[in-house]
Amino acid sequence: MAWLNQVVQGVLLGGYFAILASGLALLFGVMRVINLAHGDLAVLGAFLVLVMTDHGVDAFVSLAVVLPVMGLVGVLLHRLILERSLKSGVLTPLLSTFGLAIVIENLLFEKFGADQRTINIGSLAYDSWTITSQIIVGKLYVLIFVVAVAVLGLLQLFLSKTSLGRAMRATAEDPDTVELVGVNSRAVYALATALALALAALAGAFLGMRQTFDPYSGNTQLIFAFEAVVIGGGTLWGTLVGGIVLGVAQTVSYQMVAEGWIKDVWGGAGAGHIVFLVVLAARLVIGAVQERGGLRTVLGRA
Amino acid sequence: MSTHAEHAGLAVQRWTTTSIASSLGIAGFVGLLALVPVALSANAVDRLTTLYVYVILAAMWNALAGYAGLVSVGQQAFFGLGGYFAIKLSANGVGVYPSLVLAGLIAGAVAIPISPFMLRLRGGEFAIGMWVVAEVCHLYVNGDRSTNGVTGTSLSALNQYAADDRRNYNYWLTLTMAFVLLAILFMLLRSRLGASLQAIRDDEDAARSVGVRALWAKGVVFVLAAVGCGAAGALWLASFPTFQPNSNFSVQWTAYMIFMALVGGLGTFEGPIIGAIVFFVIQDQWGDQGVWYLVGLGMAAILFALLLPRGIWGTVEERFGIRLLPVGYWLRGLRPRGAAAGTEAAA
Repeated sequence: MAWLNQVVQGVLLGGYFAILASGLALLFGVMRVINLAHGDLAVLGAFLVLVMTDHGVDAFVSLAVVLPVMGLVGVLLHRLILERSLKSGVLTPLLSTFGLAIVIENLLFEKFGADQRTINIGSLAYDSWTITSQIIVGKLYVLIFVVAVAVLGLLQLFLSKTSLGRAMRATAEDPDTVELVGVNSRAVYALATALALALAALAGAFLGMRQTFDPYSGNTQLIFAFEAVVIGGGTLWGTLVGGIVLGVAQTVSYQMVAEGWIKDVWGGAGAGHIVFLVVLAARLVIGAVQERGGLRTVLGRA
Repeated sequence: MSTHAEHAGLAVQRWTTTSIASSLGIAGFVGLLALVPVALSANAVDRLTTLYVYVILAAMWNALAGYAGLVSVGQQAFFGLGGYFAIKLSANGVGVYPSLVLAGLIAGAVAIPISPFMLRLRGGEFAIGMWVVAEVCHLYVNGDRSTNGVTGTSLSALNQYAADDRRNYNYWLTLTMAFVLLAILFMLLRSRLGASLQAIRDDEDAARSVGVRALWAKGVVFVLAAVGCGAAGALWLASFPTFQPNSNFSVQWTAYMIFMALVGGLGTFEGPIIGAIVFFVIQDQWGDQGVWYLVGLGMAAILFALLLPRGIWGTVEERFGIRLLPVGYWLRGLRPRGAAAGTEAAA
């Protein structure tokens, strides 16, 4: 039962990873950019929510402000950094977003210090449903999972049913050609970046509700997001599958540590890294990612 | 000394008068540097030793990104492993200085089985994939009780040498390692491999289609960079003997490498050396500013990536057509882009 409990907790944790990964995957799918500041932007979102809750605003209400604000930050990010980076080759976005990551985390440190923080959400933080005596699920964790499914569902609807979403998919395929049929690819890119950052901030808010975070938590979140994207194969719903695999690997490994099967250093994140590398190696051996790009686009399958 | 391949009125030239002079000059300069411990203060010797470690790191990261098109955010894996292996070897009866040299080679050996997997990843996938590799190495070392896990340990075998001797040995060893690693890199880049690498960096698919063995070429650089970063990690311990996995495996090391290579000039041979000097001076002047210093480094990385992607040296090279260490070619009869009349290459 202890094992089953860990699996259940892992699946729920996968919901968080899916939200975190969806923004990263979206930006990669549309612009072929892997945003190395993604994790730090999520943590920035968490701090914005934290500041508002400190001023008495309900954490969930604050999202109504924080998500649009982060969307605007996304537009700026596109205009000031990504657009220029994309013009000078495939490596430049990696260098510039890595620089941005360093700037963000150190500015956060300057403003908020090294303290571990959590976002106050009252009793939701510990309310739970008891399934059996050994399986107890936190209401917050269930909520995050439900939001993850809703977010992915809405993204899919947006990409497949709206003209803007279709324009985004077309731009992902060929930004020059869509200009010929009247799509402003620059605006589409800005919108994609805005969406990705709003998703990052949503993930960051949930991070801050679930657990403690500090200005340097972003790196780990970036790695988790990336692992979920790759394990899931790069498709939209794949981020949920990847997130769940990663989540289960992390939680089950704690049980393996408890049983004395593995060293404690491999519990949690470490087990996730190993599963990621095994999946990667297996896939490379099979040759399934031989096609261009490796990560298949989020949008191709939407 | 120059190769002429007459074709359509053009000739390929590798060595220019400047580059011959500068190569001889470098040999003399390195000879002079070897005399530093005799002439300068202990403090200067220590600081230069640190600078040489930075030069190694910058040159290795540039070899990956500037020549093989591989942006790695996980080179701290090899920096950390270098220190770790040095401690393990030294604790197991290997002499402390041989340990420092061997540690880099072992770090390189670790890179060999990793390379066929990681090098199949492109762009950002490789970047973060390497970061995961670094995290795994970090966790492995965290779990090693013989080096006290997270707490860390120190390279205590160094204490058998008197402080002054140790300082000088560290200096000479670091200078030698930096020189040897850069010389190997220089030869590699001048060989057929160098041309393959630049073809891969510019368009991997096109390079493959004309028969370039992309995986092999990238693998050679990847392993060399691992040896270099491992050696740097080991040599770092010679000056700063405390080994703590959390700081030796910190991603900050890669951030420094990126900064140095970008500022100096990505894809130029001389650039990273200049970048290392710039970084050294900045750290010396503002390193105690803590957070703002790091914010500044990040800002500089963004600005250089966006506005001056060829870095300081790349810009100088482009503007004045100077090339001190020729890893590329000039086409005589054509002006290098942006070169003013009257410079070597345009003559």
